[in-house]
Amino acid sequence: MAPLLEILVAPLRYPFMVRGIVAAILVGIVCALVGTYMVLRGMAFLGDALAHSILPGIAVGYIVSGGGRGPIFWWGLGTGILTALGIGALGKGAQVKEDTAIGIIFSGMFALGIALISTMRSYAVDLSHFLFGDVLGVSPSDLWLTAGLAVLVSVIVFVFYKEFLVLAFDSTLAETLRFPSGFLHYLLMVLIALTIVVALQTVGIALMVAMLTTPAATAYLLTKRMAPMMGIAALIGAVSGIVGLYLSYYVSVASGAAIVLVCTGIFLLALLFSPRRGIVRGWLQSRG
Amino acid sequence: MLGKLGVFEPVVHATGAAILDVYELTVGYNGTTALDRVTFHLNVGERVAVVGPNGAGKSTLFKVIAGVLEPTSGDVRVAGCSPRGHICIAYVPQRNDVDWMFPVTVEDVVMMGRFGRLGLFRRPGRQDRAVVRECLGIVGLAELAKRQISELSGGQQQRMFIARALAQESTLMLMDEPLTGLDMPAQERILALLDVLRMQGVTVMVATHDLNQAADYFDRVMLLNHRLLGIGTSAEVFTTAHLRDAYGGQLRLVETGDGLLALNDTCCGHG
Repeated sequence: MAPLLEILVAPLRYPFMVRGIVAAILVGIVCALVGTYMVLRGMAFLGDALAHSILPGIAVGYIVSGGGRGPIFWWGLGTGILTALGIGALGKGAQVKEDTAIGIIFSGMFALGIALISTMRSYAVDLSHFLFGDVLGVSPSDLWLTAGLAVLVSVIVFVFYKEFLVLAFDSTLAETLRFPSGFLHYLLMVLIALTIVVALQTVGIALMVAMLTTPAATAYLLTKRMAPMMGIAALIGAVSGIVGLYLSYYVSVASGAAIVLVCTGIFLLALLFSPRRGIVRGWLQSRG
Repeated sequence: MLGKLGVFEPVVHATGAAILDVYELTVGYNGTTALDRVTFHLNVGERVAVVGPNGAGKSTLFKVIAGVLEPTSGDVRVAGCSPRGHICIAYVPQRNDVDWMFPVTVEDVVMMGRFGRLGLFRRPGRQDRAVVRECLGIVGLAELAKRQISELSGGQQQRMFIARALAQESTLMLMDEPLTGLDMPAQERILALLDVLRMQGVTVMVATHDLNQAADYFDRVMLLNHRLLGIGTSAEVFTTAHLRDAYGGQLRLVETGDGLLALNDTCCGHG
């Protein structure tokens, strides 16, 4: 067999690698679709906060099940949706600024999660899985759940495409066209929460915001319309998942970190060489 | 909740009613009063300039009329019914309030005007695309349809929003300082478009800083500084007493042989 082909095929002999790659592709695509709205509406900090806020839910699921994946997932999802709706309602209170309030809630929830997990005996190992992901530990049933939720999120993004587009670009127009802006806002928050829980096992809490924002931000540099931005972001997310896992197989680095580093590398290339907004182009133009 | 996501059913316009009735409208935010018991009526096809210093409540007035903000007290009726019953009220934002780097093209933005009539699941069809092309043609942007919106000049950006309001089939158009920061030829193109709108029976309210333009190009002028200081012809409204009430020291007034000369609204920020 040709050496290059052997390099590509060798990792696929392990079923856990195949499952990991499929999960990484799904997660890359879903994060990119939802992340497009987050990048356009300036919600990166909120996404990071939401990811950290689900830790106590995960911790409770972990404690009540003694480490079972299923309960951890559903507890995380419930906490994520509740926090998303809570943060969505936060903007209305006026005691402190919204980003301050988000910062307080997210760090408090995160601390609660760490405190809960630290009561368990094997906490260091498990905590690191929640924080940094464990994509090679994806079981067949995890994969089905990931796929199901990925399809659900994608369908909602597709169905509400024009409503979310208007809401992101011109919220006053959304009002004058009498779109149900409040419902759409909370729906987007719930979608972000769903996406975070789907991506939890692949990249973990700490690196989540990279999967949500970096591919979408890269695509933003490369296109002038939103639908292609989503497509390019999804492609970048999926390719980063695949390349990242091969890197982690051959170079022996943590898989979540490898995926994020590939994303970041692609972003830097786009930042330098984008034909529309790249630094090199700007530099060449300024020299005439 | 999901029922509301279907095709929006706008109310039927009552014939003979004034297009806009504003009665004792008061809007307060966190203890300050943006609008204080404002009452006026507009007739179909009228063109009114709204003049007043920064922070006088012009944008607030427009947002309440558009049904985006709720009044604290008082009442707004568009064609005899609450603004939230209509999808034919267009609000043209100040240019500073728009994210020009957003990944949309000129025709994408104009197409958004059609979305109110589409409802959930439906994508714009051939007829919607034809309407968008026609509206772009009216405002003279057909050639630039595929451009990303940051590639337009200030005047072109403003005309794009007028095209969007046309695509929305709006009957009441609220334009928030569309002329601010534009050069004279660009301003004149927009003022010429106002004539096209009048021929289509569209009622237009324009917030502006330019008192001379307000006097020259509009049927009536409205002088606003939280309270409504006057609405009528420019001769009736732009009196020394009214202008001093509205602007205080912000405006230089010079008495000349022919009457009053307002030198300028000293400010031209965006507010």
